[in-house]
Amino acid sequence: MEHPTEEFIPYIIESRPDTGLYNAKFGIWLFLASEVMLFGSLFSAYILLRVGSFSWPVQSEIQNVAIGAINSVVLLSSSIFFIRAWVALKADDIAKYKKFMSLVILFAFVFLTLKGVEYYQHFSHHEYPKTSVFLGLYFLMTGLHALHIIGGIAVNSFYIGPGLKLREINKQWFINRVEVAGLYWHFVDLVWIFLFSTLYLL
Amino acid sequence: MSGAHTEEHHDTHQQSWWSTYVFSTDHKTIGIQYLFLSLFFLLVGFCLMLLMRWQLAYPGQPLPIIGKWFGEANMPGGVMLPQFYNQLGAMHGTIMVFLGVVPLGFAVFGNYLIPLQIGAKDMAFPRLNMFSYWSFLAGGLLMVSSFFLPGGAASNGWTSYSPLSDIAHDGQTVWLISMAIIIVSSLLSSLNFITTIFNLRAPGMTFERLPFFIWAQLITSFLLLLAFPPLEGAAFLQLFDRLLGTSFFLPTGLFVNGQIYNASGGGNPLLWQHLFWFLGHPEVYVLILPALGIVTEIIANNTRKNIVGFPIMRASVIFLGFLSFVVWSHHTYLTGMGTDITAFFQTTTMIISIPSVIIISTLFITLWGGSIRFNMPMLFALAFLPMFGFGGLTGLPLGLAATDIPLHDTYYVIGHFHYVVAPGVILGLFAGIYYWFPKATGRKMNDILGHLHFWPTLISMNFVFFPMLIQGLMGLNRRMYDGGATYSFNHDILYWNVVISWAAWILALAQIPFIFNFFYSIFNGEKVHSDNPWGATTLEWATPTPPGHGNFTKPITVYRDPYSYSLPGAPRDFSPQDQKEI
Repeated sequence: MEHPTEEFIPYIIESRPDTGLYNAKFGIWLFLASEVMLFGSLFSAYILLRVGSFSWPVQSEIQNVAIGAINSVVLLSSSIFFIRAWVALKADDIAKYKKFMSLVILFAFVFLTLKGVEYYQHFSHHEYPKTSVFLGLYFLMTGLHALHIIGGIAVNSFYIGPGLKLREINKQWFINRVEVAGLYWHFVDLVWIFLFSTLYLL
Repeated sequence: MSGAHTEEHHDTHQQSWWSTYVFSTDHKTIGIQYLFLSLFFLLVGFCLMLLMRWQLAYPGQPLPIIGKWFGEANMPGGVMLPQFYNQLGAMHGTIMVFLGVVPLGFAVFGNYLIPLQIGAKDMAFPRLNMFSYWSFLAGGLLMVSSFFLPGGAASNGWTSYSPLSDIAHDGQTVWLISMAIIIVSSLLSSLNFITTIFNLRAPGMTFERLPFFIWAQLITSFLLLLAFPPLEGAAFLQLFDRLLGTSFFLPTGLFVNGQIYNASGGGNPLLWQHLFWFLGHPEVYVLILPALGIVTEIIANNTRKNIVGFPIMRASVIFLGFLSFVVWSHHTYLTGMGTDITAFFQTTTMIISIPSVIIISTLFITLWGGSIRFNMPMLFALAFLPMFGFGGLTGLPLGLAATDIPLHDTYYVIGHFHYVVAPGVILGLFAGIYYWFPKATGRKMNDILGHLHFWPTLISMNFVFFPMLIQGLMGLNRRMYDGGATYSFNHDILYWNVVISWAAWILALAQIPFIFNFFYSIFNGEKVHSDNPWGATTLEWATPTPPGHGNFTKPITVYRDPYSYSLPGAPRDFSPQDQKEI
């Protein structure tokens, strides 16, 4: 067994009775808490800068709300696919798991492509991060979010590729890992909902 | 299921030299790697200060002998340039806080002791732990290497206030990138520690039975987990300002060198201060709590009695953790906040002093009636109490706006927080090194060298920091390149600069016995003949010396509270936590 920790560490697979969580799930919730603080600091920066500004663009006019809305649907769908993939995995239906997980990854790429189209539209209107405080925040916050999407794509791809080897060692262990990846994915999805409301609609 | 084969065949685990000592996932090895690195960074940060003290005591005079080593760009003819002084100041603060004291208190002792004290075989995520260490190493080396950039290292103070740092030279960019890497490292460590404490406790180790050190590390971890990300967000914002020309922190109509600065404007410099201090204040408790945890262990052990009011201490440290998130703006009274906000932060600041005082008081009261053993760890721990208390008390005037405003930009502030961190926290950390050294090496550190380290350190630290309080009350401004000689009203107190500098250099000499002792004792120290040389009760002493991979040689069950010393009817004056009969 190549996992260096497997002999030592309890609660990798089953949950500890008194906390009700296995280690990785505990860890990912803590990680997500820190992510809330990271994006929270940027949202607070947005509030402070907007409240203190002399002029603020009408966001829905310089933003492509249609693409933003489509992207929200795209990400929400990918979250649903993730749940279906996980359910399929728990039911031991590996073909279905792979199908839905591929859809998750495909939709993530669709999201990034649409995001790229939006960026391209902004650049072709000579709208850059330095153009205004709003655009700076827009590019920073959506850019940071896009990095999270890319990280998610990497993790999710791993679990329909080389990561599947773990399933041969222990099925439940693998299901746990996919669940943890799913929690992260839902969080990234949720951040986008806040970003869309704040940066496009308000 | 993993539970079935957790207990077996770890003795046969063969590992190469590289994976045992360098790329190790073992929490003890990682802790010791952190120890060497953070002590090295502490020394680097301290040396920067020793250089600055020359300039402050003898402004404009060439530094003899070594002055020429720093190059014409920094110290032409051995005379320090103001730009170089500013770099030294900024990097002293950054290195001491983020690369020295925090890793020493949190990462070193946390890594080494958390699994041992809760009865676990390793951290919950050992590979993540290794990644934390290596990213910390990368971030730290990047930070220090920024001295070799064309414009030198960052020079805007450890707080990197905008807009100055927005328009500073490239050293600031490297500072931000290094900080982002270090933040990732501490973030991963902290979630690892929390998961370990919650999920990997041995059977019978309830939260009530956790030693105070574990409680302190737990709260510290939560502070790091939740307070550091906003600084990462702030670092991204400032990086955008510097690299992509945004104006998050640059107001409209900013003048630089008499000319209007070319930026789109519309930003707010105060935003940086708030994001920074939202980290910065919990960070203060990140510095203090591990040292408090260490001192508590040592005091219980060397008074041979239970900590008085241990449950109250536990409640205090939790309360302190929560409250530390709502006091940050007492660092920004000078920015002219409204009176309502000032009143709020004054109130929370006064409230947060209550749990701190409770913790210190319980430790003092514990001394009462104890049969105190004055060994080296205990001496450091005993010195910690009044020094840290003094540091805390000198902070009270800074928590109230009316007294903070005249004092804030003076040496009084420097004296105050150095009393907390240097004679306070660092003495506590030294105590920890002396206390757990026998567990890690199987040998004790030498007592005579220990005394040669302790007494000069304690005395010279007070000669360094107490005069700063006097100077500050007399109005000497901080961050003065010439030590305040520019202003005639300072001339009566400038002689203190010479006193402080000589005390600082004596303090440096006083560290030589420690460094020698540390390395000498690893190989030649007096051997300990027991796994529990101090007669302690907590679980780390139930391991072999030094603990091997997997820590415990037998399954651990916990039967009692952490500080079960001198129980009535017990055959010895200590009853280890894992021992069924007292």
